[in-house]
Amino acid sequence: MSGSTESAADDQGWRSRLGRRLLAERLSSYWFAGAGYFAIVLFALIVLTLLYQSLPLLEQYSVVQVLTASNWDPAQNEFGFLPAIVGTIYVTVLSMAMGTPIALLAAIYVAEYADGRAKTVVSSFIDVLAAIPSVIFGLVALIVVVPFVGDYLAPAVGSSATGLGIFTVSLVMAIVVTPFMISLSVESLEALPDELRESSLGVGATKWETIRSVLLRAAGPGIFSAILLGFGRVFGATIVPAMLIGGQTQIPDSLFATGQTLPTLIVNDFGELMSLPLTQSALIFVGLLLVIVVWLFNFTAMVVRRHLQRRWQY
Amino acid sequence: MNRYAKQRLFGWLARGATAIVVAVMITVVAVTLYRGGRVFLTDPTIVITPPGSRYMLEAEGGFLHAVVGSVFIVGPATVVSAILAVSTAIYLQSDYSSERFADAVNMFLNVLWGTPPIVYGVFVLTIIIAVGARTSLFFGIVAIAIFQYPIMTRYTDEALRSAPDTVKEATYGLGGTRFETATMTARAAMPGVVAGIVMGFARGIGDAATVLFTAGRSTTMPSGPFDGATTLPVMIFDQAMSFNAEVRAHAYAAAFVLIVVVLALILASKLLAGRYARFAPGGTHS
Amino acid sequence: MTDATLTTETLAVTYTGNREVEAVKGVDLEFAANQLTAIVGPSGCGKSTLLKSLNRLHEIQPNAEITGDVCLNGESVYDTAEPVPEIRRRIGYVPQKPTPLPLSIYENVAYGLRIHGDYDSKTELDAHVEEYLRKVNLWAEVEDRLDAPGAELSTGQIQRLCLARSLAVEPEVLLCDEVTSALDPISAETVEETLAALKEEYTIIMVTHSMDQARRLADEVVFLYLGEVVEQNDTRSFFENPQDDRTKRFVDGYGVTDSDESEPSTLEDPVSSDQ
Repeated sequence: MSGSTESAADDQGWRSRLGRRLLAERLSSYWFAGAGYFAIVLFALIVLTLLYQSLPLLEQYSVVQVLTASNWDPAQNEFGFLPAIVGTIYVTVLSMAMGTPIALLAAIYVAEYADGRAKTVVSSFIDVLAAIPSVIFGLVALIVVVPFVGDYLAPAVGSSATGLGIFTVSLVMAIVVTPFMISLSVESLEALPDELRESSLGVGATKWETIRSVLLRAAGPGIFSAILLGFGRVFGATIVPAMLIGGQTQIPDSLFATGQTLPTLIVNDFGELMSLPLTQSALIFVGLLLVIVVWLFNFTAMVVRRHLQRRWQY
Repeated sequence: MNRYAKQRLFGWLARGATAIVVAVMITVVAVTLYRGGRVFLTDPTIVITPPGSRYMLEAEGGFLHAVVGSVFIVGPATVVSAILAVSTAIYLQSDYSSERFADAVNMFLNVLWGTPPIVYGVFVLTIIIAVGARTSLFFGIVAIAIFQYPIMTRYTDEALRSAPDTVKEATYGLGGTRFETATMTARAAMPGVVAGIVMGFARGIGDAATVLFTAGRSTTMPSGPFDGATTLPVMIFDQAMSFNAEVRAHAYAAAFVLIVVVLALILASKLLAGRYARFAPGGTHS
Repeated sequence: MTDATLTTETLAVTYTGNREVEAVKGVDLEFAANQLTAIVGPSGCGKSTLLKSLNRLHEIQPNAEITGDVCLNGESVYDTAEPVPEIRRRIGYVPQKPTPLPLSIYENVAYGLRIHGDYDSKTELDAHVEEYLRKVNLWAEVEDRLDAPGAELSTGQIQRLCLARSLAVEPEVLLCDEVTSALDPISAETVEETLAALKEEYTIIMVTHSMDQARRLADEVVFLYLGEVVEQNDTRSFFENPQDDRTKRFVDGYGVTDSDESEPSTLEDPVSSDQ
């Protein structure tokens, strides 16, 4: 075939093989470009929709009002988010406090202490745990954790709680969120070159000193990301709290009290969403809050992580 | 405490922490399999029996409706999401878009990945209300597809990036178009891509929060895409707190099914992917 | 002057695992005090493994098994009640790849000192850090940025930092594992100068793949081939008058084979798991 490829394609138009291929190329380019922007569009769409639908509530009450009022009673037009906010903070802080040390220690075991077979076995167990849907954790917790907390733990600290409540939710969420914090941390640790360990051991440091001063710093950014992901999971958790928190609408006064979290507000009052006018807007506003907080955290995390990476570079 | 005592102490703490995690996993799986298995022994057909009219109150019948719901919501959602995810990932490669663009999009994808699933449910719900529709199977598909999309895109992106450059060079060198090269690269990265899709499917199957408000939480068999439906996780959620012991037992049976399915999926994903599966496993939680 | 001698007695290291590989086979060596002994040989012949087994560093590999013994000044390194980190303090190790710890320059050098508690006050610690940085000719280049991350230095500077870090704990023996092979020629030269200056104070055992480097720095040379010691001699005799045929061929730049055919072949790579 002589002549430029362009004219050959034009001459026979889309009928020529080359013409068809070039057409396919052009059409697919549009499609892929569309797909490429889809993520951004989706995000914008979600934020804008949530914002727009929250307006009815925000036109009636200011943001500050709504966030600090402590009475949640949609039927009476009372939209106080404070109990839910407090509940969410309690649960998140408590479960991260319980889960993070365990996750870190287990990750250190798998990455630095476990030998070949033990490592494979334990890693598989952790992967399985990470994949179990949280609703199953809630289900099992109902017959294992709730009685334990209600009959043994709470009375031991003088509380007369039922076993449903902040503490139970925190405990179960800690379990839910630990496995993949472990996986990510293990990955970060295993990515470290052996020379780092050799350098530290080579001046006579013990294994633990090596881990503490060298490896945790070097793998720090990765581990930090893992913990942050865990934090986000607990913060946005819906199913486990909905099953185990007890659904009280007052501000919880103790760790064993029942309460609410922001996501459980949505779950519990979903029914009223259709009938009460402002409730719909209020619940959508909760969704907006969740997205904003998580997004802020992710962004801060990126910045902090970059800083850590510079400081602890090797 | 001297250095060596500290060393021993932390060694034991590390072992202890791992033991706790392993013990928890064994407990959860064992309890579910045991209690669920008991129900199946007495009535092995509940998986394929549709629910009776008082199913949620008295455990009359089986939970075929939830199985059908799960299959027909997560299945189509995975297909739709996979197509979108692979397409996006292809566009993020260097021959279609700049690195800055890819970085920006990856940032958004990470944010979407970290978004609590219930937000997706709320989002789709507002759309439902706005167009005056009802919660149904169809919207369940939409919600799950949106939920799975960031996960699958990130996995596929990683897989495509790890594909050897020589494949691209060879295809271009033969006069291939960008599209043809992209297809070839995707083929070369197939194990990783498929692993990502399987992961997305596993997360979709296990999720309840997204479908809670969008598919309808129905207690009858769905007869079409615009009927209300429910999925296994949602049904378990509803049944778990019932006052009726038999209903609660059914929850375990459903959980049994879920765990088996999820375990099979992980196995499949691992066999398929090898090192591709190591990318940030995100868990299947809501 | 450390006056420390290191000897091995029928030292053997085997890697178990998928394939069983005898990396080091029954080696008897004597490393004299206050001098630099170079270990040379084709790649993969067990040089690094041998080096690491001298201070039990190979033990971080899960599949390594050791028989025989190593003695520091006559005391066994393996059959001893002394905790392993103490042994490694006395027999220090510098890896091939310049690896700063994820700490500041100051803290890199101070790391060993802090762990072993070898100082009473901050001023003393400062003095030690300065002393060792001077010893490796790094002080002038870093004295005004001691808080910067160690990793910000150039590769050559990092390797000198690693030397300073190892010296700071005052080892009796220093094990150097191809410490210049990752460096450019100029940085390599500076490191070599440092080692040359140190070798009269410490007993240094150095693995190197460069014949020239061995000639320049070593007082004695050991030729390791396929995990066995083929020859050990003082540098001059080693290069000018090699006794064994294999040594002769290796020194002349030819490959080493087991048969007696004198064809120049490429250097063999018999053991692929040399750690």
